Amino acid sequence: MSTAGSRIASFLRGAAARFGKVPWREIREDAFERAALVLKAACFVHVVNAYVVGIAFVRPSSTVRGPSMLPTINLTGDVVAVERVSPRWGSLAVGDVVILLSPENPRKTVAKRVLGLEGDAVTFVIDPARGSAFQTVVVVLVYLLQVPEGHVWVQGDNIYSSRDSRQFGPVPYGLIQGRAFCKVWPPEAVGLIGQKL
Amino acid sequence: MLLPCKLQKFDMGTLNPLWFFVKKSMTVALFGITISDRFATVYSLTGTSMSPTFTTSSPGFPGYLKGDIVLVEKFCLEKYKFSRGDVIAFKSPSDHKREFVKRLIALPGDWMQISDTSDILKIPEGHCWVEGDNKEFSLDSRHFGPIPLGLVQGRVTHIIWPPQRISKVERKVAMERVRST
Repeated sequence: MSTAGSRIASFLRGAAARFGKVPWREIREDAFERAALVLKAACFVHVVNAYVVGIAFVRPSSTVRGPSMLPTINLTGDVVAVERVSPRWGSLAVGDVVILLSPENPRKTVAKRVLGLEGDAVTFVIDPARGSAFQTVVVVLVYLLQVPEGHVWVQGDNIYSSRDSRQFGPVPYGLIQGRAFCKVWPPEAVGLIGQKL
Repeated sequence: MLLPCKLQKFDMGTLNPLWFFVKKSMTVALFGITISDRFATVYSLTGTSMSPTFTTSSPGFPGYLKGDIVLVEKFCLEKYKFSRGDVIAFKSPSDHKREFVKRLIALPGDWMQISDTSDILKIPEGHCWVEGDNKEFSLDSRHFGPIPLGLVQGRVTHIIWPPQRISKVERKVAMERVRST
């Protein structure tokens, strides 16, 4: 009994001695350095994403919506590069594809094309699907309005399946998050997103 | 070699203090910008549209230190969850470079009475109605209509300067004018 007890005691003493020899301070400093490096990298990614260029995924349910920008951007699976410099500088031009927060739901990001800046006059037709060349009487409602100060007029390329300024009116410039200038995925579709008027 | 994969430390023979200073400032700037964009930031207020809730300064240094400095939190932007009566900061709908601080009166879907007239207005989805506390001197939703919630940049929670005015910013609900559905 006493030999077992003394063996346990000596084992514990040895363990305590080894525990004391572990270089805790160096480990702690090392851990802090690595954590600081990870934090610095995360902050760098945030700053670049918010102020220089970011990536946006096109998905049917969450972020950038689906069919409203066909054929420019696909229903799903496309990844676009979004630059953040032009909206901040105010150098957006008519024909740019922009990513903006939807005025109907701030948690939804949508991609649309800018068709009018502040002060421009835009004409638009509600419900083009209703017009048909075979109808003898064609009633077309054409609206004309001037885009108010600080707002832009956006429309999707796929006018048949797009909720845009024709439904919710001109949107304030402050909702624009960036300009989609380039598709980066899938590889066969890589290329600049052109201006189209 | 204390640990198997210790971080390689640079050994600069003559430590260049300027480079060291630049690196440290860049790190601080990165941290500051990230925290200020995602978590909380401080604003110095100008204008009289929110008195007596806030007393303000004249623009230009040292005017910034005479007026109220407030803490603006950005956690509410995760789900855009606000309560009626919160004081919020938002980008102006007519000029995206300017930000206003006003009180949020009505949320999407609410019916509200525009003061002084008998008009009842339903706040469209995704929008909110903001008004300043000092009604005569405030440019707010009574002039530019309901604003999209996407323009909101944060919620003002505390006054942190001057020291005698340090306090939490209270919620004030206008029960008689707003009917929620």
